[in-house]
This record gives sequence, structure tokens and C-alpha cells, in this order.
Amino acid sequence: METSVILLLFILVLAIFLGFELISKVPSTLHTPLMSGSNAISGITIVGALTAAGAAQYVNGWESIALGTLAVIFATINVVGGYLVTDRMLKMFKHHKSQQEK
Amino acid sequence: MDMKLWVNLAYIIAAIAFIFGLKMLSSARTARRGNLISALGMLLAIIVTLLQKDIISYEWIILGVVVGGIIGASSARLVAMTAMPQMVAVFNGFGGIASLLVGWSEYHNYLGIISWGALLPIYLAVIIGGITFTGSLVAYGKLSGRITGRPILFSGQRLVNALFLLLIIVAGVFYIGKLEPQYTYWIFFSALGLSLLIGVMAVIPIGGADMPVVIALLNSYSGLAACAAGFVILNNVLIVAGALVGASGIILTKIMCKAMNRSLANVLFSGFGAVKAKQDSSQQQGEAKPISIEDCYYILEAAQSVIIAPGYGMAVAQAQHVVRELGDLLTANGAEVRYAIHPVAGRMPGHMNVLLAEANVDYDQLSTPDDVNPTMDAVDVCVVIGANDVVNPAARDDENSPIYGMPIIDVDRARSVIVLKRSMAAGFAGIDNLLFFADNTRMLFGDAKSSVAGLVAEFKSVN
Repeated sequence: METSVILLLFILVLAIFLGFELISKVPSTLHTPLMSGSNAISGITIVGALTAAGAAQYVNGWESIALGTLAVIFATINVVGGYLVTDRMLKMFKHHKSQQEK
Repeated sequence: MDMKLWVNLAYIIAAIAFIFGLKMLSSARTARRGNLISALGMLLAIIVTLLQKDIISYEWIILGVVVGGIIGASSARLVAMTAMPQMVAVFNGFGGIASLLVGWSEYHNYLGIISWGALLPIYLAVIIGGITFTGSLVAYGKLSGRITGRPILFSGQRLVNALFLLLIIVAGVFYIGKLEPQYTYWIFFSALGLSLLIGVMAVIPIGGADMPVVIALLNSYSGLAACAAGFVILNNVLIVAGALVGASGIILTKIMCKAMNRSLANVLFSGFGAVKAKQDSSQQQGEAKPISIEDCYYILEAAQSVIIAPGYGMAVAQAQHVVRELGDLLTANGAEVRYAIHPVAGRMPGHMNVLLAEANVDYDQLSTPDDVNPTMDAVDVCVVIGANDVVNPAARDDENSPIYGMPIIDVDRARSVIVLKRSMAAGFAGIDNLLFFADNTRMLFGDAKSSVAGLVAEFKSVN
């Protein structure tokens, strides 16, 4: 248990540094899609929500079911909506000149 | 072979997909594919999670995914580009509350049998998720105009906030200290309630033009909440993804603060823009010189190089399409046209870029202040559309100005400047803009959309 937490903390620290490196390179033009795209990634909490909802029935009454299902609903909105809206935005950023040259 | 191992390998692949997705966002050419890769990573993580044996029944999952999927997909499809800031805020808030609910449900399901090592991340997931949720909802209200965009301040605000923070820490100590389960549940509820309150209190004192900072910060919180949820269920992909988002939000916050030359603390607590800054009457120099659309046309018609500097006013007037049309006509007329976009123009990071991209402006024409400022002296005309503080020369020249030191677009150094503006009202910072009184500035009063449309009509009537 303890070693696994330490290992996860280790992953956390590395991931934060990686995040800093990755994001510093994004041009300000793309900041909005970056935000909504990373927002969709934070919907990864859906993994926890699915586990909660899938095991809920057999755990602790209707509250478990309600909490799990609500978690799945919100996380799904976050994931589906986030990725689709990001795609919609990115579709608009075009290089017209370079396309004509091709 | 052990299922657990395969699942974890799949999570690693998902994490790699997120990392590549973000990396590919650094160029407009690869960004869309990057987003797709990131989405596929998410799909993979979801599928392998569903295959695990901890999941016993699917009916509630299906209900949740269908309901959430329909709401998410339809709102993503229907939202207008001008409403994008509030949309991003809402999605962000939903991510926050999802993490809150994951923490809560874990707490509820294993009441009384969890060790303190598990209680701490639950607590963090719940309070960070709660703050993200209500904070994002308030931001949504402000951005959509349902709540006033001005800072809401009252006396003793900081004291109240400090008290809330203290209470939430005390609650945390008691909660982790584990009294009898029936008491801890009440402490848990008070902490949850407090976190929702703190979210509201944290965002109400922040004014509309500082929203880019707040949105970026809340974005970071939603990542941290997911990260905490990852420690709750001891899952590495949540931790990696959450940390990436948390880091991304923090970097964006930093960039936004730097673009305004203010500290994060100043943005969050000062209530900037609430009171009109005291005006020094001696500062008033000359008077603004209005110009007609026709005269404006003659100036633009003769220009060889034009810079268009949009601000929040362009978004309000929804003028991006006519602006692009004007830009195209100017290009056809032989002028070099660039759009100079300040990082904090608008209500979220990159707001103006999204609007202009929607209007089909070429990506290569979208420039930053750093791109255009060095060559500003050679620019014939700068057209300022609904921007104010980000083109205020006081930020460069007047040490007493509240916005002194903020990097601006040096439009005043162009040969002539045309400012499209509704009235002489001050901008968000509540300070006068000497640009409007400069010798080379002409003011084109009126609604930005109809003014630009008038210019477009002039161009078309001649050709």
C-alpha cells in the first residue's frame, strides 16, 4: 500500500514537469482549444465514475447508485462535450494560402 | 494472463495518447489530429475500465453515459462561437463535480473501513472538485451576463474568506482524525458545503476582463481534482492526466498574469476594475477627433499595411465576420493585413483567435503583440476594434497608471490609428486612454459591426 502511494506520487511529480514542458510550447493563438482540450482530458475522472457506478448496486443502498450515476453523467458531459467542442474549434484554424499552394 | 496487467498497460497507452495529443496542440497543423488521438486514448481508458471485474452491473453506467453523452454532444454542437468562454467554464465545472462525486461515492461505499491514507485524497478530491464546480458556475454566470461582470465586493470579504479556509482545514483534520462514522459524515458534509461556498466567494470579486486568468486557474483545479480522485482509486492514468491538466492550467494562468503585468494574488484578491481610478485632470490632453465612415475609407484605401487590433468589443458586437470581410477587401486592395491579438483580449485565453478563425481568417494572419510591435513604425493604419486597455499607451509611459508595465500593442506608433468605439467610456480598468486624444488617432463612433459593415460597403461601391 505505502510503496504504491509513493510510486503514484513519483508519477505525479514527473507528469507535472512533463505538463509544464508540453504546454509552454503551445502558441497563444491556440490557447482556447488548448484549454477546452485539456479540460476534456480532465474528464478522465470518468474512469473512477464508471467503477463507482458499476459496483454501486451491491455496495451501500440507493445513495451509492445515485452518486455513481451522477458522476458518470457529469464526467461524460465533460469528456464528450470537451472533445467535440475542441474539434469544432480546431477545424476552423486553417492555413488558406498553404492549402491553395498544394 | 492477469487481467489487471493488461488494464494497466492500456492505461499507459491512454496516458501516452494524452501526452501526444497535448504535444500536437503546439501547431495548428497537427492540433486537430492531436485532439483526436487524445480522445481515442480516453475511449481506450473507458473501454478497459468497463472490462474489469470490479464492474458488476452496467445498467446505471449505460444510463449515465447516454444521458451525459447526449447533453455533452448536443451542447458542443449547438453552442455559438461567441458563447465559447462560458461553455468552457461549464464543462470545466462538470469535470470538477464529477471528481467530487467519485470521492464522495468512495467515501460512502466504504464508510468506517477506510484508512486515513485513503481519507486524505477523498477529502482533497471533494473540496477541490467542489471549488471548481461552483467557481466555474459563477464564471459561467459572469461570462454569459447572468451575473454582473463587475467585481462584487463587500467589507470584511477577505476575513470571511480566510475564516472559510480555516474552517475547511479544521474540518479536514477532524474528518481524517476519524471520530465515529456518524459524526464524520456530518463533518464531511460541512466540508463539502464549505468548498462549494469557497468556490463562489473566490470568483465573485473578479471582474470580467480578468476572466482569462480565472478560467485558466479553474481549468488547472479540475485537473488537480481528477488527480486527487486518482489517488482515491489508486489509478495511475487519472494521476498522469490530472497532473497534465493541472500543469497546463497553471502555465496558462502564468501567461495571462504576465500579459497583464500583475501577480496572481492581485488578480484574485484586488477587485481590480471595481472602482474608477482617480483621474488626474491635468492628464486630459486635447480632444478626441471623430471621423466619418467615408473619410475612414479614404485612409484605409490608401494604406499599404494595416493592422487590425480586436478586443472584447468585437465579440460583443459579433463583428468578426464583417471584420474578416474588411480584411479581405484590404488585401485585395494591395495592403498587407495582419490581426494583432493581445493574449488577454476578450474573456478567455485565445478568445479573439477563435472568433476570427470562425470567420475564416487565415491562421497565418493571426499575430501576437511581439510579432507586430517591432515593425509598428512602418504600419500605415491600425484599426482598433473594441479594444481599450490592451492598446493604452499609459501602460508603457505613465508610471502612475494602474496598468503600468502591462505589455500592449503599440498601435499609437503606427502612422494613423482608427479606433472603433461605442462612446468615450473608459475600459475595464476604468482609466482614460490617451490614445484617443493622440494627433494620429481618429475615432469612429458607433456599433463596431455596423461601422465595419459601412466600410465594407464603401469598398464594394467603388470596386
